[in-house]
Amino acid sequence: METKKIAFLGTAEQEAELLAAIDDMRNLPGALMPVMQKAQEIYGYLPIEVQEIISDAMDVPIEKIYGIATFYAQFNLEPKGKHQISVCLGTACYVKGSQLIFDEISKQLGIGEGGCTDDRNFSLSSCRCVGACGLAPVMLVDDDVYSQMTPGRVEEVLAKYA
Amino acid sequence: MTDNIITSLADTSFYKIQRRIALKNCGVIDPENIDEYLAMDGYMALHKVLTEMTPDDVIQVMLDSGLRGRGGAGFPTGLKWKFAKGYDAPQKYVCCNADEGDPGAFMDRSVLEGDPHVVLEAMAIAGYAIGSSQGYIYVRAEYPVAVKRLNIALQQAREYGLFGKNIYGTGFDFDIDIRLGAGAFVCGEETALMTSIEGNRGEPRPRPPFPAEKGLFQSPSILNNVETWANIPQIILNGADWFSSVGTEKSKGTKVFALGGKIRHTGLVEIPMGTPLSTVIDEIGGGVPNGKKFKAAQTGGPSGGCIPASHINVQMDYEHLAEIGSIMGSGGLIVMDEDNCMVDIAKFFLTFTCDESCGKCTPCRIGTKRMLEILDRITSGKGTMEDIDKLEDLAYYIKDNALCGLGQTAPNPVLSTIRFFRDEYEAHINDRHCPAAVCKELFHYVVDPDKCIGCTQCLRNCPPFAITKTDYIAEGHKLPSVKIDNDKCIKCGACIEKCKFDAISKQ
Ligand SMILES: Cc1cc2nc3c(=O)[nH]c(=O)nc-3n(C[C@H](O)[C@H](O)[C@H](O)COP(=O)(O)O)c2cc1C
Ligand code: FES
Repeated sequence: METKKIAFLGTAEQEAELLAAIDDMRNLPGALMPVMQKAQEIYGYLPIEVQEIISDAMDVPIEKIYGIATFYAQFNLEPKGKHQISVCLGTACYVKGSQLIFDEISKQLGIGEGGCTDDRNFSLSSCRCVGACGLAPVMLVDDDVYSQMTPGRVEEVLAKYA
Repeated sequence: MTDNIITSLADTSFYKIQRRIALKNCGVIDPENIDEYLAMDGYMALHKVLTEMTPDDVIQVMLDSGLRGRGGAGFPTGLKWKFAKGYDAPQKYVCCNADEGDPGAFMDRSVLEGDPHVVLEAMAIAGYAIGSSQGYIYVRAEYPVAVKRLNIALQQAREYGLFGKNIYGTGFDFDIDIRLGAGAFVCGEETALMTSIEGNRGEPRPRPPFPAEKGLFQSPSILNNVETWANIPQIILNGADWFSSVGTEKSKGTKVFALGGKIRHTGLVEIPMGTPLSTVIDEIGGGVPNGKKFKAAQTGGPSGGCIPASHINVQMDYEHLAEIGSIMGSGGLIVMDEDNCMVDIAKFFLTFTCDESCGKCTPCRIGTKRMLEILDRITSGKGTMEDIDKLEDLAYYIKDNALCGLGQTAPNPVLSTIRFFRDEYEAHINDRHCPAAVCKELFHYVVDPDKCIGCTQCLRNCPPFAITKTDYIAEGHKLPSVKIDNDKCIKCGACIEKCKFDAISKQ
């Protein structure tokens, strides 16, 4: 599903916080990744505007930052929904049918992997093993863990966050 | 509890066969309190090393113990350290691989969360042995609790003077920096991990030069897995002979497995190397639940293979697992029953490696993609018998030519399922049928009209309205049964889930 470019709404406070963090970390060997992780923590995602701030402040070419941001799955170039749904498709969950749960959520919300609902309430992604294999199949909504899920329970879980 | 007698936890069959070395303190001590670790002889091994042993002594003990890496490859730990010690450099690095990328494994997470100090202590010991004052722990970002506990542990160890400058007043300095991964499986590979810590895209580098010569920041470095580290303080305290008395001739000590999938008792099990798989499944794991039949166990995750029922007595050690085309891997152990389709499992792992291929080398980037396309064809009923040969040819080509371990091992799940479950591939191809009823295009749902009481629970819950009433009323029932229109059915399984009368099945 296509994603539209969302207006960047960063504030001066956020920028000041990021610049202070960069000053703190500047001398760490290999500081770029920790800085980008911090930036994502501050803004929730890494739009090009934020990458430019980092590029200027650290004197690193923007291509390199973009290259890293797109290499690692944890960096988001698009904002996320208010509630983040993550279905575990790790091996233990998969053999217990977690793909069916993913498909059911996808159908109910009308979004695919990495998608965000129009009202920005939910975004959906899959992950691989959250280390709760004993409770498989597992899905997460934000920090809440739902274990031994069935497709039939999807509606009830989503309703809690509607 | 039987007859009102409560059995001690250690006597339950889940624990009785286990032998806890790496997990010794997990669940026993409070991981956020250094005093509890100290009470379990914590930091005594570091003290012993710094006050009584030379770096060469330490390396000799590691060599004699026979400890091999628990992260997958099984390289002798002592040898790795010896190489790194042999290179002179102003700074060397000690790294810990806590990236735990196998989807379905959580041994390292448990050690980091349950006993973080053991990793710190072991890394300091290695620092002394190879001549390094700086360590790095690379933890996957999905483990926030592990990161928090490591930070607390580091802070406490520094306050107690066990970390930092002049440890135990011996003039030895050592400290550790924690770095977070960002969700890339390939970063578990040693050279990619180092490239990532340096602040780059985590792409692997060609070896040689090996990290022992030019690793992190181009300096001599060692990298060990969390579980490997967790064995080390006890080896130092109890001696190499103590450790090498456990296990088999070539595989010493214990191994922790994350037992999961279709098994009654899931969780971490630590067993002496060489324990038969059947013991793990039947005695520790309590067998396959719901009266289903064991089909296979998968070890080594996306780099490993499947062990079929005919090999269920295989000894779990490096050599025996390799012999049957699987690997020890980092310890994922997933049990599968008759409801799992082995072609689908092969596709599952290949989808994973194809996604996670970093794209640097062509055999892995393109080769895994081509293999996946073939598997897609087979699982959607469009495969031919030549496809199996093509899969094998591609598999061997990729294994021989990929740059790093990711590509070199990516074909393993396919090769091992072809080897042991060729009949399932053939059923998909020749009969256009998925025997386990997993591949959606190769099975359908049927209603048993004599079991159906006509309650229409399924009909009302069928998303594409594929279920309709018939005129048939079975004997003893009052309402007509239903039937499923296979052209409309999307195989979501909602009807089976709703049916309380077992009237719907997959064929
Ligand atoms: C694609 C790939 C992923 C890997 N992932 C991990 C991992 O998540 N954890 C780990 O400890 N080793 C992993 N390894 C193995 C490491 O490269 C390395 O062999 C290991 O960390 C060395 O430590 P050890 O000798 O103590 O096992 C991986 C290897 C490859 C090729
Ligand atoms: S596979 Fe889902 S939690 Fe491990």
